Amino acid sequence: MRLLRKLLRTPEGAIGLGLLAVLALVALFAPVLAPGDPLRIAGRALTTPFTDPAFPLGTDRLGRDVLAGIVHGARTSLLVGLAAACAALAIGLCVGLAAGFAGGIVDEALMRVVDAFQIVPSFLLALAFVSVIGASVPVVVLAIALGAWADPARLTRAEVLSVRERDYVASARVIGMHPVEIAFREILPNVLPPVLALAAIIVAAAILTEAALSFLGLGDPNIVTWGSMIAEGRNVLRSSPFLSVFPGLALVVTVVGVYLLSEGLSKVLSSRGGAT
Amino acid sequence: MNRALRLLRRRAVGSIPVLLIVVVLTFLLLEAAAGDAVDAYLLSIGGGDAAIAQSLRASYGLDQSMPARLWLYLSSLARLDLGWSVAFDRPVRDLILERLPNTLLLMGSATALSFAIGSALGIVAGARPGSGRDRVLSTLSLVLYAIPGFWLGLVLSTVFAVQLRWLPTSGIETIASGRTGLSRAADIAAHLALPVATLTLVYMALFLRVMRAGMAEVWGLDFVLFARSKGLSRARIVLRHVARNALLPLVTMLGLQSAAMLGGSVVIESIFAIPGFGRLAQEAVSGRDTALLTGIIVTSAVLVILVNLAIDIVYAALDPRVGASERGA
Amino acid sequence: MTALCEIRQLAVTYRGETMSALKDIDLDILGGERLAIIGESGSGKSTFARALAGLLPDGAAVAGSLRWSAGQPRAGRDIGFVFQDPSASLNPVLTIGEQVAEGARRHLGLSRRQGEARALEMLERVHIPDPAKALHAFPHQLSGGQRQRVAIAAALAARPGLLIADEPTSALDMVVQVEIVALLDELVREGGMTLVFVTHDIALASGFADRVAIFRDGMLVETGATGKVLAKPQAAYTAALIASHRDLATPPLIHEAGR
Repeated sequence: MRLLRKLLRTPEGAIGLGLLAVLALVALFAPVLAPGDPLRIAGRALTTPFTDPAFPLGTDRLGRDVLAGIVHGARTSLLVGLAAACAALAIGLCVGLAAGFAGGIVDEALMRVVDAFQIVPSFLLALAFVSVIGASVPVVVLAIALGAWADPARLTRAEVLSVRERDYVASARVIGMHPVEIAFREILPNVLPPVLALAAIIVAAAILTEAALSFLGLGDPNIVTWGSMIAEGRNVLRSSPFLSVFPGLALVVTVVGVYLLSEGLSKVLSSRGGAT
Repeated sequence: MNRALRLLRRRAVGSIPVLLIVVVLTFLLLEAAAGDAVDAYLLSIGGGDAAIAQSLRASYGLDQSMPARLWLYLSSLARLDLGWSVAFDRPVRDLILERLPNTLLLMGSATALSFAIGSALGIVAGARPGSGRDRVLSTLSLVLYAIPGFWLGLVLSTVFAVQLRWLPTSGIETIASGRTGLSRAADIAAHLALPVATLTLVYMALFLRVMRAGMAEVWGLDFVLFARSKGLSRARIVLRHVARNALLPLVTMLGLQSAAMLGGSVVIESIFAIPGFGRLAQEAVSGRDTALLTGIIVTSAVLVILVNLAIDIVYAALDPRVGASERGA
Repeated sequence: MTALCEIRQLAVTYRGETMSALKDIDLDILGGERLAIIGESGSGKSTFARALAGLLPDGAAVAGSLRWSAGQPRAGRDIGFVFQDPSASLNPVLTIGEQVAEGARRHLGLSRRQGEARALEMLERVHIPDPAKALHAFPHQLSGGQRQRVAIAAALAARPGLLIADEPTSALDMVVQVEIVALLDELVREGGMTLVFVTHDIALASGFADRVAIFRDGMLVETGATGKVLAKPQAAYTAALIASHRDLATPPLIHEAGR
């Protein structure tokens, strides 16, 4: 659609989308690019990268293929990132809409809850959550989402408050539209753009948080993640630093891609949404 | 001064219900723990029978109903008693007070440095938006901000502590060195250099971007054109007019980031083995010590509230429009 | 009176625009005169004012020549500029005193103490109530009219010879408009300055301008002494402008349309 084309015309949008497209493809085709279980012992331990064509990025202490780890780890990172952001946005949008629309006591109460979630450091919240319920991908996603929904909620509410008083909403009310219908047909489409710009930032933060949790040993132990690979590599940092460097680079590239996309998105959305 | 105090009081009072919500929600969350601290403790000592578990629970008050325990917790909180840590066998409050100063030192230095360097570079970039200098700095900050803090910490540690041996790899000071005064301070500084550097690099990127974005926006405002029409020097316009106004959203961002920074201390302290507050959180998680974890979360909330109050005062000092009633059209 | 500035074939096109904002402007600005630039929206009058002051945005293409008799003027030192919106002209976080003094300190080399004294003097000249207190006040504490006075004080602090005012009263209430115009008139006369006053209100201009220049769609339509142009306009557009002026004595619109 037009938005996509406009996005590709900005350098940030083009590079960001490009990077993420490559990553998405890698993640999607992981079982093809690196068949088998990435956590299985594939070869000799601690092969240096770029020496053995079977293991282009080398192997770790147990002989696991680093490239397979990176490729499969991309799945986890992208999956967790997107899922956590979607969950955070969904919760945030609902709460923000409710608060902005209802006003009064409901608004006040909801905003205090939002405050509470913004005050507690999201990483500590994620830590507590994972420690209590156990470490698995859905739990990690929920934990990150709980730490991230407060900002979209606040933003949504602010947008609702500003849009609510505009003329086209008043006319909808005069015609006799049901409030819920007004919420979805008039208000939501206008609230969405700035919240979407925030979405990319949440995805990036989610990816980094998941990596940090895995690094501390609090991620899902049954799958390979970039964070756990970095933690693994920590043991042989002096002799084989590449074990930690490659997954780290993968993280940097992914997050840079997300940020570039978000910058491109805000450029495109602000240029068209500015005139009222 | 009056304006600031009024604002302060209003904000402080408004924070109390929020803190209450934090405490209640945290308590409810940790209730969901299948197996509490006693289980973890028994596991660590190699097992024990049900009777021991029962008596332990009774002595720690862990066998009462949930609402009763919540009420008990709230009332002790009012007395500033944060409960007992089963994993460490010490009062939670003592543990926190012992570990907090190290983290505050770490975070404080990192925040100050990153704010100073980040805003300075942001001013350099924002002095001429779109220039080559701006583009280089913006790209640099983007990449820096994308680097995971823990990975950067590992890299710096490997290069400077392990390979080059310029700095110590872990801890906050050389143990049992018996140093005092300036020598001790220097020792601590050497130990904190790498973790502070790591955090500074990551957060500096954020402040650079916010300052630069703020300046780019302020450049378009009319009073800057008016300043140009008065023929003022470029330096004065950039610093006294543009940057001075761009400082405002930056200060706000500092407040918003305080919670994230506190959370970030967990991994950094883990990598550099700093005996701080963040590390304590990790230890509480591995020890399944719900009382300690609750205490940590509540303390973090209080810290963030205090930091935000301080930021509010600073902001009010910087922006004369805050809290003032408008006179005139 | 000699020409302070000779403008020949001035043309301005903003970056990214195909149509010129100004085309083929030939005009002289005489030293010591009060010249009113009159036009409606889109006439290019503001562009003209900014081109004269050197305040056009980056990338604006300028053709033609601006020949100054006393050499290239410096902003602040030789030209003072007053904008339309007084709320936007002043930096919200700096004191009034600092903003009035800074031009004088830069161009007249005043110290901090001297700058403050000069600011006080300027605030008194623009009739700000309680000027000593105003020195330490902030812009949001003043009314619109007062802010415009402060802006005028700041623009004139370094004693420029030419004052350009771009619709300085359009954003103000009627009563305040009259006061500001009177203030400008007084200051210009006292200081022996030249005034270029941009406005869309022909009646306002006729009250005090020596000469008028009528702009339309980026071109100069007519120019001459105020009395002559108003009494016997050469161009049809000028006549239309004068005719369309409305005051309380004009018969109501609805009747005319119905006829």
